[in-house]
Amino acid sequence: MIPELGHFALALAIAFALAQAVIPLWGAHRGDVRLMQAAPALALGQALALSVSFGCLIYASVMDDFTVLNVAENSHTLKPLLYKITGAWGSHEGSILFWCLILGLCGAAVALFSAPLPASLRARVLGVLALSAFGFELFTLIESNPFARIWPAPDNGRDMNPLLQDPGLAFHPPILYSGYVGMAIPFAFAIAALLEGRIDAAWGRWVRPWTLAAWCCLTGGIALGSWWSYYVLGWGGFWFWDPVENASLLPWLTATALLHSAIVVEKREALKIWTVLLAIGAFAFSLSGTFLVRSGILNSVHSFANDPARGVFILGLLGLLIGGSLLLFAIRAPLLGASGVFAAVSREGALVMNNILLCSITAVVLTGTMYPLFADLLLSQKISVGPPFYNATVLPLAAPVFVAMAVGPLMSWKRTALMPALLKLWWVALIAAIVGIVATFGMNALPALFMAAAAWMILGAFADIIERIRLFRIPLGSSLSRLVSLPLQAFGTTLGHAGLGVTVAGIAGMSMAVQEVVLVKPGATVHLAGYDWTLQELHDAAGPNYNARVATIAVRQDGRLITTLAPERRAFTTQTMTTTEAKIHTNLTRDLYAVLGEERDGAAVLRLHDNTMAPLIWLGALVMAAGGACSLADRRLRVAAPKRAAKSDAVLAGRT
Amino acid sequence: MNRRLLLAAPFGVALLGGGAFYAMLRGLQTGSFDPRGVPSQLIGKPLPEFQLPGFSRADVLAQKRPVIINFFASWCVPCVDEAPTLMALHQRGVPIWGIAYKDKPAATQGFLARHGNPFTNLASDEPGLVAIDWGVTGVPETYLIDAQGIVQWRFVGPLPDAAVDGLSKLVAS
Amino acid sequence: MRAILLVLLLLARPAWAISDPAEALPDPAAEARAVEIGSQLRCLVCQNESIEDSGADLARDLRHIVREHVAKGETDAQITAWMVARYGDFVLLRPKVNWGTALLWASPVLALLVAGGLALGLRRRSPPAAPLSAEEQQRLARLMES
Repeated sequence: MIPELGHFALALAIAFALAQAVIPLWGAHRGDVRLMQAAPALALGQALALSVSFGCLIYASVMDDFTVLNVAENSHTLKPLLYKITGAWGSHEGSILFWCLILGLCGAAVALFSAPLPASLRARVLGVLALSAFGFELFTLIESNPFARIWPAPDNGRDMNPLLQDPGLAFHPPILYSGYVGMAIPFAFAIAALLEGRIDAAWGRWVRPWTLAAWCCLTGGIALGSWWSYYVLGWGGFWFWDPVENASLLPWLTATALLHSAIVVEKREALKIWTVLLAIGAFAFSLSGTFLVRSGILNSVHSFANDPARGVFILGLLGLLIGGSLLLFAIRAPLLGASGVFAAVSREGALVMNNILLCSITAVVLTGTMYPLFADLLLSQKISVGPPFYNATVLPLAAPVFVAMAVGPLMSWKRTALMPALLKLWWVALIAAIVGIVATFGMNALPALFMAAAAWMILGAFADIIERIRLFRIPLGSSLSRLVSLPLQAFGTTLGHAGLGVTVAGIAGMSMAVQEVVLVKPGATVHLAGYDWTLQELHDAAGPNYNARVATIAVRQDGRLITTLAPERRAFTTQTMTTTEAKIHTNLTRDLYAVLGEERDGAAVLRLHDNTMAPLIWLGALVMAAGGACSLADRRLRVAAPKRAAKSDAVLAGRT
Repeated sequence: MNRRLLLAAPFGVALLGGGAFYAMLRGLQTGSFDPRGVPSQLIGKPLPEFQLPGFSRADVLAQKRPVIINFFASWCVPCVDEAPTLMALHQRGVPIWGIAYKDKPAATQGFLARHGNPFTNLASDEPGLVAIDWGVTGVPETYLIDAQGIVQWRFVGPLPDAAVDGLSKLVAS
Repeated sequence: MRAILLVLLLLARPAWAISDPAEALPDPAAEARAVEIGSQLRCLVCQNESIEDSGADLARDLRHIVREHVAKGETDAQITAWMVARYGDFVLLRPKVNWGTALLWASPVLALLVAGGLALGLRRRSPPAAPLSAEEQQRLARLMES
């Protein structure tokens, strides 16, 4: 009964989406206020229907309803409750429905928070969102229906991949998807602007909070995925330039460029074409990522069950959405008014440079990811493009971005000279140089250089605030009062830039990480990185759906007990897979990391790591996301243009 | 005019990309596009020098006729799928020489007893090093060596029934 | 196709089986060199990992072979050539630089050129200001003096 309700709700959502697509867009085209005003209610209706639908899927999973094929293939009575709930978005069908749900919720959010927008823009944005939603919901209903039934129902399900039964991975999809799908909103804004035939400063201001929100989620989602692979896969790796990881990096890079480019649209009404293209691009990369992962084309650890037939449907959907939007761009972009003027050396100029560099990095990552596929298709050559390539090509492009990040915010709008901005950073350069030199005592030249860059980025980010409050140049009290009255956006920028610096520091610090693989009997002690690691004992343990072998390792420094780590090897009963649970002790500047391997003659293979500065990698991402949230909280972003809506609606109503 | 061309470029790129992906999907369905496959470096080259308990390269060359060499193992599930196909080939008189990959001899014998022995000759590559020389990445893999000792064809995975006819004709000629 | 995946799954015991301490070469410098070479070689039965990172049997065998060759004193180039002779360019995580990969390796420079060119090409230049008339120039002179 409940699955049928879910199925029906999905179909209802499709009806809402169709209405939401056709009615407001037609209304905007015709200038019919009543039709345009139908959009928000339809968006809320769609979101409600999708929520009910997904709720039914979760219910079926929690209730162990094995007549539902999706539940039978991915769940099990012994699976812990948390994973029954989060497993709803772990399978292909569930995750596609989840994608639709978030798209619907995005539409509802826009409907609720976009009152200040002019009616036609609002109607068009909601209409475009509905078009995308319609396509994906149709795909879900026809090709990936999570409510398909199986009869006779099996006694028990096939259980979920043990790798997914982990808190980190359980929450990685919702956050990541919010980021991916959230890019649909700036996309909708861009298409709406192209349909309207104009972009003004207000558009730049409206687009930013939505892009920020999606960007925050995407940053969090990518960081969570990276952290998960670090602690689950067991050898301290956190980024592999895997095609699907790249597929998440591409929208992130594009969205970062979009965030910065939109500022120039707002301030100068310039870079309109570039900004619109970036908005289309960010969502296009999100969509392409979805396609590649589910089509079987990509060779990756992340690939879902491969089904080329599904691939053709998604490709068609993508063709319509991306191809259609780029065609619209080609035709309508010239209409987007004349741009403001600024000198090459100015904050706008720096933002253009930022655009160029970020887009180049995007192009390189895209080329690297796609090259093996195209070489195979066109040249029948099988090649691999792995981390050595990306490290060699992306790092040289990223370095100028790191340097410019500190200088840009200090430059004035419209026209400025470079030297004054650089001179203001003299103390930052000095400290960064010292950090770099000190770092060479512990690490090689290249990581030390990036350590210096990290210091430059972090301190440079604060330099902007220090300049604004004129610290040490006016009385301290005045500085403090200036600090308190600074807009939240200033803190947002600082945290965002500093966060990236922290992540770079973490990555550079990991070059100092040490590890050792040892075969020891209980009672033996290993000396690594100044700590004494003692394997105390090995014992068996049992979990809800697995049997585990646990090692207890005491870590001491100078006789003092720092921590006890208990890494496990878990053998899952239904899926017959063994996973290792690494155990990590962190003090936020380094991770002590232990993994249990196989056992022989009473001795166990242990892999012990001292990962210096590893936590900084994800702390940095957290700081970046916090910066984004800070900016979002800034009232100026939300109190957009004055409420012209009521007046213009009345005028339009008078006309009809 | 220049500007229009530039603005149409993203659409053009997307079109090309879309066309390429469509071709890849078609290829995935027909089997002509395999992003996971590792092509064999041996095709058209003489078979590598090897010496295993069971037979060696010299023994293969001494046949002076086409030989099929099949890498298999008792722990390999698709090899069970493949066993009837190999038996059918064997019954047609096609010489199949088997190399047991990373398999204990007792286990291999057990496998052959259970599923039939299609092999004219059997060798054991327990360390798996000879397989690496052949560029083998897993089992089952099947190679066709011609009368001059040149590797002409390789198949990864369980041999499909459809291959039986073609192979028997090739070997007979 | 499914069967091949199954075979791969059987072989690629998930990359959580950590390597055996007995594998390492006794000489730390040689071991470091072997790790360096190994991290450039792709594990052929895994999804996108190097043989150093993977727990698959084939990866372990290949690691062993790399260490044997390092112990024998072979150069990096010789060892990678040995691998390529058996598995093709696919085994190299760092693609070779040749005409087939020219676009790939040139992509950073190309991207910068294209992006930079677009930035310049799409710039709208405001029309040059009309020259000032004599009267306007006088006014300007007066304003500048005061």
